[in-house]
Amino acid sequence: MEYITLGHMSLLLGISLTVIGFWGILTQKNIIKIILSFTIADAGVNIVIVSLGYVVGKTAPIIDNAVVQEAGRNVSASVVDPIPQALVLTSIVIGFGVTALMLAFAMKMFTAKKTLDINQFNELKW
Amino acid sequence: MLKNILIALVLIGFGVIFYDLFMVYEAKTELTDLAHYYAKNGANEIGGANLVTSIVVTYRGFDTLGEVTILFVAASIISFFLKLKEDEEEKVIGSKDTTELLVTASQVLVPLIFLFGVYVFMNGHLTPGGGFQGGSIIATGVALMIMANPNFKINTQIIHWIESISGVAFVFAGVLGVLLGGGFLDNTFKGLGVGEFGTLFSAGVIPIIYSFVGLKVGAEISNILNKYQKSQKSI
Repeated sequence: MEYITLGHMSLLLGISLTVIGFWGILTQKNIIKIILSFTIADAGVNIVIVSLGYVVGKTAPIIDNAVVQEAGRNVSASVVDPIPQALVLTSIVIGFGVTALMLAFAMKMFTAKKTLDINQFNELKW
Repeated sequence: MLKNILIALVLIGFGVIFYDLFMVYEAKTELTDLAHYYAKNGANEIGGANLVTSIVVTYRGFDTLGEVTILFVAASIISFFLKLKEDEEEKVIGSKDTTELLVTASQVLVPLIFLFGVYVFMNGHLTPGGGFQGGSIIATGVALMIMANPNFKINTQIIHWIESISGVAFVFAGVLGVLLGGGFLDNTFKGLGVGEFGTLFSAGVIPIIYSFVGLKVGAEISNILNKYQKSQKSI
């Protein structure tokens, strides 16, 4: 690690968010806060994946006049890796579906016991 | 006490895994081979200015079809879980009056939000954005309407029709690729080309597919919001 790049900074941000998210999942008592922690961890993992596709000094993979182009709109010398960004789009949508499902479960659990405290739901505890 | 130690151990474990990743990380100075191919040929083969959209809709179109399916499955399961009993359907959601500010703002903003959402998913191949982003923006408009009036009734018939038709149209556009182009979800049909680079009608069927994806995602998220809103009646 000779010098700090933008990639290092966003990687560090993603790692911190992931660990904070897992801390929240493990320590919080309120179900809504647990679900929020899941989304924070989710965002952290997504930022890690995107920063792995970073190429030093290159720009976003959208071809317009601001991007240096070679013959035949070949921009391979001037853009960052577009594949992690495309994969993260999938990951975000799946994260949305999971969050929506968890919120529906939370709604059901609240109607059953009129509380959102996770310690009250101990039927499956051993 | 034991629990706290276990939690600390788990977090330290994550820290160790990520520490390793962080220490060996070196920012790349050139693209990987696959990314190099996409960056070199993407503009000519697909014709879209936004390479991420080209990858999402055409090079990895199956992924997107699966994504839309996952969203559909999530919406169906939520509908199943939050189904109301028949006598609860007619209940009125008790709530405090919403402020004048929110009601007026929603009347002004909702059409603009819908317009912006449509803009984002129609220009997905030119600017940052696309079907999923545009659909989510449309759904925020619906969320604003629900917040302004907690008893707001969404016309579920229209939502179901929009969702079904756009889903079928997405697959239909993919099958047209088999008949007229090079394979399932191919965006260029024989003899039609990709259109002039950088204009709205370029990149073959990508704008059409992404518009249908945007409508479908917007309808699905609105449907989920509608279920959440209605489930307050059962409390």
